[in-house]
Amino acid sequence: MTDTKSDVKGARPKEQITTPGTPASQRMRAGSMTISLAPWLIAAFIMLILPMVFTNNSALTIMNQMSITIIFALAYNMLLGQGGMLSFGHAVYAGVGGFFCMHIMNASDFFASFPLPVLPLFGGLFGMGLALIIGSFSTRSAGTVFAMISLGVGQLIASSSVIVVAFFGGEEGISGDRTYAMPFFGVEFLQQIEVYYLTAGWVLISAALMYLWSRTPVGRMANAVRDNPERAEFLGYSARWVRFYSFVASGFFAGISGGLFAINYEILTEENLNATSSGLILLVTFLGGVGFFFGPILGAIVFTLVQTVLSLETDLWSIYAGALFVATVMFFPGGLAGLIMMHVPAFKLGKARLLLMPYVKTLIPAAIGILAICALVEMTFHYRHGALGDNEMTLFWTTFDSHSVLPWLIAAAIAVVGIGVARKTAPSLREAWNEANTAGGTR
Amino acid sequence: MDLILVNLIDGLVTGLLLFMLSAGLTLIFSMMGVLNFAHASFYMLGAYFAYQISIALGFWMGLLLAPLIVGLMGAGVERYGLRRVHQYGHVPELIFTFGLALLIEELVQFVWGKNHVPYNAPEILEFTAFAIAGNSIPAYKVFMIFISVGIFIGLLYVLTKTRVGMIIQAALSYPRTVEALGHNVPLIFMGVFGVGTALAGVAGVIAGPVLSTFPGMAFVLGPIVFVAIVIGGLGSLWGALVASLLIGWITTFAKSYNIEMEAILNGIGIATPESLSDSPFRDVWSLTSPQIADILPYILMVLVLIFRPAGLFGKRTQ
Repeated sequence: MTDTKSDVKGARPKEQITTPGTPASQRMRAGSMTISLAPWLIAAFIMLILPMVFTNNSALTIMNQMSITIIFALAYNMLLGQGGMLSFGHAVYAGVGGFFCMHIMNASDFFASFPLPVLPLFGGLFGMGLALIIGSFSTRSAGTVFAMISLGVGQLIASSSVIVVAFFGGEEGISGDRTYAMPFFGVEFLQQIEVYYLTAGWVLISAALMYLWSRTPVGRMANAVRDNPERAEFLGYSARWVRFYSFVASGFFAGISGGLFAINYEILTEENLNATSSGLILLVTFLGGVGFFFGPILGAIVFTLVQTVLSLETDLWSIYAGALFVATVMFFPGGLAGLIMMHVPAFKLGKARLLLMPYVKTLIPAAIGILAICALVEMTFHYRHGALGDNEMTLFWTTFDSHSVLPWLIAAAIAVVGIGVARKTAPSLREAWNEANTAGGTR
Repeated sequence: MDLILVNLIDGLVTGLLLFMLSAGLTLIFSMMGVLNFAHASFYMLGAYFAYQISIALGFWMGLLLAPLIVGLMGAGVERYGLRRVHQYGHVPELIFTFGLALLIEELVQFVWGKNHVPYNAPEILEFTAFAIAGNSIPAYKVFMIFISVGIFIGLLYVLTKTRVGMIIQAALSYPRTVEALGHNVPLIFMGVFGVGTALAGVAGVIAGPVLSTFPGMAFVLGPIVFVAIVIGGLGSLWGALVASLLIGWITTFAKSYNIEMEAILNGIGIATPESLSDSPFRDVWSLTSPQIADILPYILMVLVLIFRPAGLFGKRTQ
C-alpha cells in the first residue's frame, strides 16, 4: 500500500501506521506454533473458584464488568495489536451488538423460545454485520485514514443514537429483562452468580477463539501486514483483505461483549456507543500491552480494579488514570505485559534475584514520593473545591486541616525526599538491570 | 434572501473558527505525520487561560498572552513528549496525543471545575455592528471574522513569502536535505507544533465568549476538526479552509431552516405510511434538519472518504 504516501506532502515515509523500532520482545509473539492447554485450564479453574473466594455481590459485579471488558479489549487488540489498525470508534460495534440483543430481549415471544446463554452470539453476529459494512471501505489503509474513518463513523453512529429513537431509545436508552428467556437447564439467571458463570463461560470461549484466530494464517498475516504491508502484498496477500477479515472478526467479538453487557446490566444507552467508551477501551488495551495476547486481559483486570476501587476513594481517579496512561505511552509502550515480559531474559539467565534489592531501593521511595504528590493534588483539590468551612480532610488514614501549612510541608517534604532517593538509586538499578540481562559470570 | 445573508455570515464565523484549528492541525500533520488528537484541548486551554487573564488584565491582554502560553505549552509537549514517543512509531504517537487530550480535560476540570465559567466578550465590542432586515449582527462576530482572516493572511504570507516559511516548506518535503544544509530541523518541528497549538489557542480565546467556556468544549469541537481536515484532504491548507467553511455553512443552514425529512421523502415520491407510529422507520420520517445538523459533517466525511479517499484537495491516491 504505497498509495497513502503520496497524499501527504512530505510526511515521513512511514505514513502507514506500523510499529517500527519496537524490539521483537515487545511485539506480538509469533514464535512457536504449539498451543498449550495449561494456561487455559488454570484460567478456567480460577474463574470457577473466584466467586467462592469473593462471595459478595459487589465483587461479582466487578468480576462481570471485568469479563466483559476482557472480551472487548481482546477484540480491540485484534485490530490494534495484531493488525496495527488504530480504531477510535470501536465502542460502536460492541454497543450496536448490545442494542440488538436488548431488542431480542424485548421481543418476548421470540426470546422465550431460546436460552439466554446463546444471546451474545446474536450480538456478535450483528456487530459483525456492521463491521462488514464499515470495513468494506474503512480497511483500505491501516494508517491515519483508518483512524479517522473509525472516529467519524463512531461519532456518526453515536450521535445518531440520540435521534433514532426506535432503535437506540434516545437519551434514556433501552432496557430489557433477561429472565424472560427459556430456562437453561433449569437456570433462570435471576441471580448475579448465574450471570457470572454465563459471562465467565463466554470469556473463556471468546478468548480461546481469539487466540486460535491469532494462530490462523489470517491472524499471522495480520501481523505481517502490520509490520510491512508492501512486503505482504509482494508475497501475494492482499493487505486490504487481511485487514478486512481482522476487522470483521474483531467486530464479532466486540458484539459478543456488547451482548454480555446487555445481559449483565439490562440497559444500554448512548454511553455504550460514544467516544468516551471507545477511548476507554483503547486505554485499557494499551495499558495492558498490545504486544502480547494476554496484555489486554491484564489491562482489563487492572483497569477495572483501578476504576472501581480508586473511584470509591477519590473523585480525581480519572486524573490519575490519564496520567498513568500518558506515562505508559511515554515510558513503557509495551504496557504491563511488556513490563512483565522484560524480565523473562533475566529469569532465563537465572539472575533475576540480582534485581530484587535494587528494585526495593528505587521503587519503594519512588512509590512513596508519587503517593505524596497525589496527596498534594488531593489537598489542592480539597482546598479549592471543598465546601466552605469544611477544612477537615482524611487522607491515608489521617485527618487534618487542609487550610493549615503543616500538612502541605509534610507532603512536599515526603515527595521531594522520595523522588530524590529514587533518582539517586536509579543508576545502580540500571547497572543491576544490565548485569542481570547479560549472560555469564554470576556474582 | 436576507436570512440567507445572515446565515452566510454565521456560517462564515463558524467556518473560520474551525479553520484556525484545522490549519494548525494540518500543518502539524503534514510536517510530523502525526495527527494531534489533543489539538482541540489546546483550543480549550486557550479559552480558559484567556478567561483567567481577562479577570485580571482584561480581554485584550488575554488575546495577546493566552495563545502565547498555549503555544509554549505546545512546544513543550513536542519537545518532551512527542519527540520521545516518536521512536516507538506512529501508533504510540497518536495514542500519546489521545491520552494527552484526556489528561488536559481532567486537569481543566480540576482547576476550573465542571461548570461553565463566565468568560465574556469585551464590553467595547458589545454593540450591533449592522442589521440585515431586522437580524442584528453583533460587532463581536465581525471582529472574529477579521481576526481569523487576518491570521490566515499572515500565515499564508509567512509560509510563502518569508525565509522562515521557505525553510519550513522545505523541511516539510525534504527534512534530511534541510538538516544537511545546517538548519535545526527538530527545532523547526518544535516551532511549528508551538505555532499550530498557538493558533488553536487564538481560536479558543475568541470562541470562548460565544460558544461558552466549559470542560467539554474540546470534546465538542475535536472530532469536527478532524472531519474538516479529512474532508479537505490531509495536509492541504486550502482543503482545510474550504472544508471548514463548507462545514460551517452546512450546519448553520441546516439549523436555521427547519426542513422535515417527510417533506423531502414526499418530494422524491415516497408516500408517508399510514400508521407512522408503528413503523420501525418512524424516526426517518419525523427527522428535521436542525436535529441532524450536528451529524451532517460526519455524513459528509464518510461520503467523501468512500468516493474520494484522499479528500477534496488531497492528492489523488494510487
